[in-house]
Amino acid sequence: MANVNPRPGDPAITPVLVAEHGLTPGEYEKLVAMLGRMPTFTELGIVSALWSEHCSYKHSRNLLKTLPTTAPWVLQGPGENAGVISIGDGLAVAFKIESHNHPSAVDPYQGAATGVGGILRDVFTMGARPVAMLNSLRFGSLESARGRYLFGGVVKGIGDYGNCVGIPTVGGEIVFDDAYEGNPLVNAMCVGLMHKEDLIRAKAEGVGNPIIAVGARTGRDGIHGASFASEDLSEASDAKRPRVQVGDPFTEKLLLEASLELIRSGHIVAIQDMGAAGLTSSSAEMAERGDVGVTIDVACVPVREKGMTPYEILLSESQERMLVVAHRGRESEVRAILAKWDLAAAVIGEVIAEPVYRVTEGATVVAEFPGSRLVTDCPRYSPESREDPEVAALRAADVSGIAPLPDEIDPAWTLLTLLSSPTIASKAWAYRQYDSTVRTNTVVGPGGDAAVLRIRGTNKAIALKTDCNGRYTYLDPRVGGRIAVAEAARNVACTGARPLAITNCLNFGNPRRPEVFHQLKEAIAGIGEACIALSTPVTGGNVSLYNESPRGAVYPTPVIGMVGLIDSLEHITRSTFGTAGDSIVLIGDTGDELGGSEYLALVHGVVAGAPPACDLKRERAAIDALLDAIASGHVASAHDCSDGGLAVALAECCIGDQSNPTGLDVHLGDLGDVSPRGALFGESQGRFVVSSPAPASVMRVAERYGVPARVIGSVRPAEDGFHIKAGESELDSDVASLAAAYHAAIPALMSSERLWSNAARQPALVNA
Amino acid sequence: MKFGIVTFPGSNCDYDAYRAVVDSLGEAAVYLWHKNHDLQGSDVVILPGGFSYGDYLRAGAIARFSPVMHEVAEHARRGGPVLGICNGFQIACEAGLLPGALLRNESLRFVSAPIAVRVENANTLFTSGYADGQRIVLPIAHGDGRFTADDATLDEIEGSGRIVFRYVDDAGEATAAGNPNGSSRNIAGIINDGGNVIGMMPHPERALDRLLGSDDGLALFESMLARVAA
Amino acid sequence: MTVFRVGVHITPRRGLLDPQGKAVEGALHSLGFPGVSDVHVGRYVVIETRAADAGAAADSVRGMCERLLANPVTEDFEIETAAPT
Repeated sequence: MANVNPRPGDPAITPVLVAEHGLTPGEYEKLVAMLGRMPTFTELGIVSALWSEHCSYKHSRNLLKTLPTTAPWVLQGPGENAGVISIGDGLAVAFKIESHNHPSAVDPYQGAATGVGGILRDVFTMGARPVAMLNSLRFGSLESARGRYLFGGVVKGIGDYGNCVGIPTVGGEIVFDDAYEGNPLVNAMCVGLMHKEDLIRAKAEGVGNPIIAVGARTGRDGIHGASFASEDLSEASDAKRPRVQVGDPFTEKLLLEASLELIRSGHIVAIQDMGAAGLTSSSAEMAERGDVGVTIDVACVPVREKGMTPYEILLSESQERMLVVAHRGRESEVRAILAKWDLAAAVIGEVIAEPVYRVTEGATVVAEFPGSRLVTDCPRYSPESREDPEVAALRAADVSGIAPLPDEIDPAWTLLTLLSSPTIASKAWAYRQYDSTVRTNTVVGPGGDAAVLRIRGTNKAIALKTDCNGRYTYLDPRVGGRIAVAEAARNVACTGARPLAITNCLNFGNPRRPEVFHQLKEAIAGIGEACIALSTPVTGGNVSLYNESPRGAVYPTPVIGMVGLIDSLEHITRSTFGTAGDSIVLIGDTGDELGGSEYLALVHGVVAGAPPACDLKRERAAIDALLDAIASGHVASAHDCSDGGLAVALAECCIGDQSNPTGLDVHLGDLGDVSPRGALFGESQGRFVVSSPAPASVMRVAERYGVPARVIGSVRPAEDGFHIKAGESELDSDVASLAAAYHAAIPALMSSERLWSNAARQPALVNA
Repeated sequence: MKFGIVTFPGSNCDYDAYRAVVDSLGEAAVYLWHKNHDLQGSDVVILPGGFSYGDYLRAGAIARFSPVMHEVAEHARRGGPVLGICNGFQIACEAGLLPGALLRNESLRFVSAPIAVRVENANTLFTSGYADGQRIVLPIAHGDGRFTADDATLDEIEGSGRIVFRYVDDAGEATAAGNPNGSSRNIAGIINDGGNVIGMMPHPERALDRLLGSDDGLALFESMLARVAA
Repeated sequence: MTVFRVGVHITPRRGLLDPQGKAVEGALHSLGFPGVSDVHVGRYVVIETRAADAGAAADSVRGMCERLLANPVTEDFEIETAAPT
């Protein structure tokens, strides 16, 4: 081991400085024990970043280990930049979801843009060309100026970045709920396509191989973003604005092309994004995966500003940078490829036999750690877990006795109220700002149940979706976790796709609070159960903890990103009704399940009751039955029944396609024990609304799988109106009113301003 | 027939144009790297969509100084066909191959949607496969698509039949409701006075397959093929 | 040769629709500045260039504006006095 001395000008290592770096006294002791001496300031910075929650998963790793991660089609599970699954024909899909919640709360435009940039790099560093982006977004109310500022800024940031790089943004979900008022969630998912043989892993290998920094120069931006992402949001966060990085999608596009060319050239061994904790985490993780030593000379790193210290260079989160391990002697070939794309490259270190992680500044060693212990010695915690008794009481509440409002005498009023709530209403205001058709593969873009992209050169397509219901997960984390997976699978299945695998983004509060850790533990257990039942293993993802503001934690929100495969282009199915005269078949059972529903939250302001039951065997059977019916050609359209219940699902089938609105005539028949509002607005799981010219065939298929299915009515021309009879209750509306409520809600809320005053940027307004 | 597709570093529709020519038309296509002074014998040059140089200054402002643009201008001067789509339209205007300029959308927002346009002049190299007044649906995806020129220029291009496409509403009329970006006179595409350089904001190369929503762009490529090959 | 710092204001040509200017104007009105009118948003470019004297520096920047920095169809530009750095 080399001699490591403090650098002139370094601050003294004091308990205060250690605490400012987010290390507990116990973690600091562990560090001293590992080094056998006091750390230098540079070393403290390195460890602070690598042992931050964001990089180390220290509170979630033990739980994540319980998730199913294997299947014959999984080529790469968790632990790499992205998961990879085989889709046959020698092709594979790489995909991953990641959060950029905290940066987006401070600067929604740059926060969201750099979130897109980061997840793109995670996918193309596996050797895959990104082909689609999805986003799972959660905000507070659009009634507040700050809510509109965050929503508008995030949407613009996502659009400007993805549009410029030329990757279609094809779907996702957007939810508005007061639970996210102080802490929005911005999760971006990228999906890439590759030939199996181009798969490359971020594993440093080969003693003597050079380590090369590629792309943008290193500046002082975003220093300690990773530890920033591991703190609660407070008013002080706003003073941390310089921690937010600025994205440059043009450079990203160059990096994308150059990286894919490098990977195919065979000149490189490994490549990784310098993402959270920048050079530090990319170099340490690549070394740890390859079980080799590395030495990095910060004096060789191209910098944007003069006088940067090793600490700053190592921890900078300047965007659009990559770390490459090349084959020794191929440096000039690597440089030539980068030069074609006007990108700079600098050899900054090499792979060494000695089992150390060493950083020098010229000839002086400024940081050194034994072997890969920097990564492997990271503490892991399984803190106390205890359900909040208030939540248990909410769940136990009987919500069936909540008296209907006088307006509810007309269920059309209730339906219009639901359709015009921003969570259910059309999100076209947002996705019209996303280029969803570039690369000419988008068969079903944003607005469908799941996005569908054809795979050129084959007769196949993939279906993509993100899903989660935070309110369910709050009321019952295990059921919420199950439903997140099941709903994503149902949405994917509605397009005709067999669900294959998931990536997850676990957005939770502070895990050191027992009630939050309970949510995390239970939600992960629910996800695991559903993944096993639906044969959709977890291939990776991201954990975002500390999503709290002075108003408290966000709803526990385990977002699931699902990929499915459609075997034949003929099976691609849309969610909206196509032809008047087709029969409407409801697959699945309807219970009186209003607990946790959008109806209760929106109409009654009540978040209580048990969320709908999620029987995974029945979910699996319903999905199998639907896919079989689609494959046998009997299904004209299929739509998942979720937020807002059956009435909303039926309305969406009629008005979702603005160019072809339809009406319907539905009789739900004998409701049994189910109340009319439960039948219309309850959110029982495992249900699909299917339209078919051959309903008897659909029901025969369903029967074969033991899945309840029945004809509930027929598709009518739009001018015939929208009629549902549910027991004693009759819901009548003209189709145009439903469409107006659904399509105009968000544009109306967002029309009030096109620019935001500085006041809207202040978290202080959260309480307004 | 050979199509040359110019690739600027930030082009992102070059691949779509290439697939359009090769897969949908069955013709030959080559990528023309922006740093090269060589059109490789291309009969038609396509300036594809994208963000040529990041477009941080103005869309297309820097691309026009690329080495390859010298050859593209020469090709156009000799009467060679040039198809500028989206960013390619912006570059063609910046390079002076077409009059006017494309500014930030009036909404100040990027707009991506299938949109209806009307063929205003079906008697061009690029539109002979359409009928005059035909309403077609093509995708748009741009932030800077508001066509602008002074009144004299607008009168001149309108008077000489050089407005090729106009944005229209559901009824097929060139109204404000049908105008997605605030373009003067609902202009979606124009042609130069020589009739060989067209610029358009909608993407015909994304509308070649009913599976993806529309094949209304096919006639544009087939028009070129019929006239150039003849 | 001396290094001069030259600022250039580039603004939308008078009379052209300026949606950004209109949006700012609307926002300022709603924030309680009713006297505001005729707002325009442009770019301010700062360039350091070597030149024999201030006049030559300004001439050179004028050439840059005409060729690249401003679009003659839609934009006006105004060069500030060049100052040695």
